[in-house]
Order: sequence, then structure tokens, then C-alpha cells
Amino acid sequence: MLKILKYSFFDLMRSRWSYVYFAFYLLLGIVLLFLNNDLSKAVITLMNVIIILVPLIGTIFGVMYYYNSKEFTELLLAQPLKRSSIFLGQYLGVALSLSMSLILGLGIPFIFYGLFQSSAIWDFSLLLVTGTFLTFIFTALAFNMALSNENKIKGFGYAILLWLFFAIIYDGVFLMSLILFEDYPLDKLSLVGTMLNPIDLSRTLILLKLDISALLGYTGAIFKKFFGTNFGLITSLSMLSLWVILPVLRIVFKAKRKDF
Amino acid sequence: MVNITNLHKKFNKNKVLSGVNLEIDNSGIFAVLGPNGSGKTTLIKSILGMVIPNKGKISVLGKDIKHSSAYRHQIDYLPQIANFPSNLKVKELIKMIKDLRGKTKMDLELIKRFKLEPFLDKKLGTLSGGTKQKVNIVLTFMFDSPLIILDEPTTGLDPISLIQLKELIQSEKSKGKTILITSHIMSFVEEVSDEIVFLLEGQIYFKGSTSALKIKTNEQDFERAIASILKENHA
Repeated sequence: MLKILKYSFFDLMRSRWSYVYFAFYLLLGIVLLFLNNDLSKAVITLMNVIIILVPLIGTIFGVMYYYNSKEFTELLLAQPLKRSSIFLGQYLGVALSLSMSLILGLGIPFIFYGLFQSSAIWDFSLLLVTGTFLTFIFTALAFNMALSNENKIKGFGYAILLWLFFAIIYDGVFLMSLILFEDYPLDKLSLVGTMLNPIDLSRTLILLKLDISALLGYTGAIFKKFFGTNFGLITSLSMLSLWVILPVLRIVFKAKRKDF
Repeated sequence: MVNITNLHKKFNKNKVLSGVNLEIDNSGIFAVLGPNGSGKTTLIKSILGMVIPNKGKISVLGKDIKHSSAYRHQIDYLPQIANFPSNLKVKELIKMIKDLRGKTKMDLELIKRFKLEPFLDKKLGTLSGGTKQKVNIVLTFMFDSPLIILDEPTTGLDPISLIQLKELIQSEKSKGKTILITSHIMSFVEEVSDEIVFLLEGQIYFKGSTSALKIKTNEQDFERAIASILKENHA
């Protein structure tokens, strides 16, 4: 698996798009720091960008990489390699190179700005950790969609729909259900609802870390009570890990049964 | 060498293989023939584990291939369409496959044989179809495996390379290897193969030597013998 990972990773590192992605974050980081001059405000703006953009890029890159490397995959399948190691190697290659673009692209300007002397370092690290989680989650989901669909257009379409669902539609449905059932106690329900969507979960995690939960009113207080504790943090991080593990298991399962 | 019992495979509703039984024990060159869509490539890909059969058992060198990947160390496979990652150089691709499969020195000799030296630093995406096929052949033959599977090996080759390929196949045969070939070029099949496996509608219609096939169909010419099978079964 490590050999496949190595080849996929270097293949992507040589591609133009990795540099574009890296340069984008570099630029974003620099612009935010110079226009804002306030580290924690920059982190909030970054969060808003990351929460939507990272899953989208993970989805697009994952699907594109799978379909574009089809020939390479077929070449590998005839070699004495396990199917699971071929696909996991490719998946990790994509996810790692994307995460690296994100971490380096944002990290470099912030280090120059003096992140290590600032108190925002934990908020910033949490931002990068959730960003990396989101990359791994959505790349895995994209691989799932691509593996299940022979047709490129369909696979691409479903993957984008999945992103759209988690990024936008889910929130809408969630909000509607909260309004619909407003006569009932909803704190448990909204907690569970937040946990079930990796994008919402990441957003809540960062927002509460930034101590602006007061803006969220009563719900914010309940959320703070849960997410603010170590137990909440650990639960959220394990939930995010579960969001990585389950799609990855399905990649292995699907890959074993697929005809090429 | 290769043992297939009661192999079934369908893609959605399309039945491709329905109860193939094939036993190849000795060394030599076996040609898998059949009309388009008769399941030749599916059969070959099943042996390679790229297609997962619905039913049946395949064993290579006495071992069941289900849930196994190590047995592919014993197989050299030449895929039908040489589609390689296009941003890789020829040299890098050869190095990569060597890295994945193990060390070999035979690649240098093969590169010389097919005169690929000037292309080593070129990207695979820029090569012509024939040159890609030559690279494909180098990748296939550079490992010394007892079983060789060639899917349409002659595609795109010029006459000189074709002669080189035939010589190469014969020299591998003389080492006591088993070679499976599919091809639509009947003259090539007749020239190189020792035995024919004829697939028709997902089953093995005939297995035997070319002369036995000519006797069976009452034809003098090999190409006509094949054509007569097809006509009979379509009439």
C-alpha cells in the first residue's frame, strides 16, 4: 500500500492543481492577515471558507483522480497487489496531498505573522485539524461515489450532490424540523443533528472554541456545555474519525467486489 | 497450470460466461478465439482476478485464486488496450513496475529488441499506438513468469516488431512456459499456436489443435474453418 501511496502522492504533487490549491490558501492566508490584522477574526473568516471549500475540493479531486487514474488502476490490478492496498493507497495519496496543500498553504503565512506568540494557536490548530478531517471525509465519500458509478458524469453528479446535501440542504432541513417541532424540547435533537453532519460538527466545534457561543443564545449555552468540555471534544473528534472510517471501509468492501 | 471449473459470469443481465470448463496442464501456446463479445477478455480477466466470477472455481498452479493476490507473481499479462498514465515517462513506468513486482534485468534486452531507447525519456501520452504497445510488451515480458497471458498482442505493431514478437513468444515457449493468446488475426494464431480454445456464447465450443479443427469442419483453410463454425451457429 505504501508504494501505491507514494506513486499517487508524487503523481499529484507534480500536477498543476495541487499548486493552484496550495497557492490559493497561501493567498487567502496572506490577504486575511493583512486586511484583518486580528488573528482570531482571521480564523473565523478562514473557518467560513474552509467549512465549505475543503469538502468541495476534496469531492472534486477525489472523483477526478479516481476516473483519471483508471488506466493506472487497471495496470496495477494485474500486478500481484491486493485490491484494498491499491485503492487505499490511491485514496490516501489524494487525501494527504490535499491536506498538505491546506496545512502548508495556511500555515506558512500564519507562522510568519507570529502565530506561535499568539493565543490563537489552539483555535488555528483546531481549524487545521478539522480541515484535514473534512478533506479525508469528503475524499473518501467521493471515492465511494466513483467506485459505485461506472459513468463519469453520474459519479461526478452524485458526489457533488452529496457535498451540496451536507453543506447546504442538510442545514435547511435541520432548521425546518427545528421550527416544526419548536413546542418540544429540542436540545438533544439538535445536538444529535449536529453530530451527524461532519460539516456542521466542524463548524460548531470551531465556533465554540472561539468563545462566541454567547451569540447563539440558549442553544449556544447547551452546545457550550457539551462541546466545551473535554468529553464533548473527544466525542466530536471520534465522530469525525467515524466519518472517515466508515466510508473507507466501504471503499475496501466495494473494491473487492468490483469488475474491471 | 490453469484449471477452470463451471465458470459463470454475467454483467447485469448480460450473460457472458455460462459454465466454462477449461484445463490447461502442459506448456505451449494456447489461442483463445471467438467472435466479438464471446467472453474472451472476461475469461482472461477472471483468471487474473480483475473480474470476479458469479460462480465457479479457478485455480492457477494448483492454488485457488479466490481472495489471493500473490499468485499474480506467476502471471505476465499484456492488456488489450495499452492505456498508461499519460504524464509518466516510459523510463519511470518501467521503474515503477519493477519497484512493484521485483527486480529484473530483462527489460534492457527487451528495450533493445524493440528499439525503444529513443522513447525512454518521452511521456507515455505522446507516444503512438504502436510504440505504446511495444512498451506494453516490454512490461509484460520483463518478468520471468511461468504463465503469460497476451490479449490482442499484435495491435498496432509494424511488420518488424511483429516478427520480433513472434520470436519472443517462441523463445518463451521453449523455456517451457504456458502462453495464452487472444487475437483476431487468424494467420498469426495459426502460425504461433499449438492449441485452440474456441469460445462461443459463453461456453467452450472446441478445444484442440488447428489440424483437428480443420478436420472437424471439413475445411482446408484455418480462417475458413473458423468462419464455418460461426456461420453454422448463426444460421
